[in-house]
Amino acid sequence: MSQDKDFIYLLNKTIYFLLFVFAMTLVLSAMIGYYIYDPNLSAFKSETVLVEVISKNDPDKIENGIHLRTGLVEAEGLMVVVNNCTGCHSSKLIIQNRMNKERWNETIKWMQETQNLWDLGMNQEVIVNYLVNNYPTKKKGRRENLKDVDWYVLEN
Amino acid sequence: MKRREFVKKASLTSFAALLASDIVFGAYMPKGYIPLALQEADPFQLFKKHNEMVLLNDRPWNMEAQAHLLDDRITPNARMFIRNNGLIPEISNVKDWTLIVDGESAASKKTYTLEQLKIKFQQYTYQLTLECGGNGRSEFDPPAKGNQWTVGAIHCAKWTGVRLRDVLNDVGIKSDAIYIGYHSSDVHLSKSKGKEVISRGCPIDKALQDETLLAFQLNDEDIPMVHGYPIRLVVGGYPASASGKWVNRISIRNKIHDGAKMGGDAYRLPCDPVAPGEKVAEENMCIIESMPVKSLITFPKSGAILKNKKSLQIRGHAWAGELEVKRMEYSVDFGSTWNECQLDKPANRLAWQHFNADIQLPGKGYYEIWARATDSSGKSQPMLVPGWNPKGYLNNACHRIAVKVV
Repeated sequence: MSQDKDFIYLLNKTIYFLLFVFAMTLVLSAMIGYYIYDPNLSAFKSETVLVEVISKNDPDKIENGIHLRTGLVEAEGLMVVVNNCTGCHSSKLIIQNRMNKERWNETIKWMQETQNLWDLGMNQEVIVNYLVNNYPTKKKGRRENLKDVDWYVLEN
Repeated sequence: MKRREFVKKASLTSFAALLASDIVFGAYMPKGYIPLALQEADPFQLFKKHNEMVLLNDRPWNMEAQAHLLDDRITPNARMFIRNNGLIPEISNVKDWTLIVDGESAASKKTYTLEQLKIKFQQYTYQLTLECGGNGRSEFDPPAKGNQWTVGAIHCAKWTGVRLRDVLNDVGIKSDAIYIGYHSSDVHLSKSKGKEVISRGCPIDKALQDETLLAFQLNDEDIPMVHGYPIRLVVGGYPASASGKWVNRISIRNKIHDGAKMGGDAYRLPCDPVAPGEKVAEENMCIIESMPVKSLITFPKSGAILKNKKSLQIRGHAWAGELEVKRMEYSVDFGSTWNECQLDKPANRLAWQHFNADIQLPGKGYYEIWARATDSSGKSQPMLVPGWNPKGYLNNACHRIAVKVV
């Protein structure tokens, strides 16, 4: 019984060793092969990684009027909004919503009562003004037209 | 470019995290486990979602389907909407997971492990329709607060688990019980310890229905982490928020459950209808129970162009909360005339029902195909957006698709 076990153990060990050697050979030959084909290793220095480094180093970067890190519109009060409103929830929640001053103030009160939001003091007016000016409500009526229809030919 | 960058970052992060945790805790990692640090990675990859799903929010995660993605009779995980209120909990060892049953109206307090639940009680499988109470919110005017769901916060998947009734009976239900409330282990957005994210429930009668499950499987596999692994309370036909994810405690209450998001505007409607935008006092708000009758055209995708033909086959699903859909119709002339669709019976109570119809369009031009379901009590879907409410719940207006004949 124990001999059987020993044998299986030895067999397992041998198989693992052979697999390891095989895998290492494969990896090494792939690396050498790739180095011959592309000595600059350019595929590993992709442009996207560079972008990542820049945006990480500059959390305040703005491009075409949009604050890159949050997607919020650049306007008076932007950083007050970023600092007070995106700590807990995503900026996507702000961008989706359209409210007037009264309802934003009520929403802030609700967040203070139930979601651990702090007293915003003088900043509350700055934040609410930013929101209503940059994300204004628009009239939708009782039912809108279908919009952004992506036309395609239906086969059969 | 932006998308590629995002995906790249996500895959690097997840790879690094997987590598580290695989070595240390590999054997103890539950299937589908997502470390908290990963919750800012690419959700499509992380949650195995279809690339046409629409991301509404990334903290907390909220993602919806589009109508044409929901064509399957049983919704696969890849096409199921995600509605999270907080952060996904870290679950290190599912063997340690317990479910406590307690409350004023519980005859005793009992604790079950996942294994005990599976062994002790008979298991059942049902197809259950779960729709977010705020599905359709984006159409309200003035705009309602919250994630702006369009039509895709709905799914009907196959859930397997034990009946909540059997577990509650094992604990003992006192005669004064009127409600149950769930408690979950998700993490509050503010990360404050001990602050519950969401703790809702349902009346005791609903809790005792055959189809109300403590589920541990979704479509024959362990429930994915984002949908409530290892246990989700599944209460079909009610706003999906009644179906608590990551449930660790059920309380049998002698009053209406008073957990997080049971009060205020959350999942409540004005008891009496109000004009659009009107303020409603808290005491005049009533809890939503059954979802209303509704339907979705899942084929074809809106925008179909028919070349040299005027015939078209449509199909989709219809559901009616606690009730059944008894009639399904379509109109190609903005409701001037309605035609009957072929409508299937539900696979079981609270499952959505499939419909189809062969349509002949009168000629060339632009058409909209509108779908309208009627429930067993005679109520139909409105063509316009129904009663405004502060949080924009229960928009069951008819779904429609655009079609052109050229």
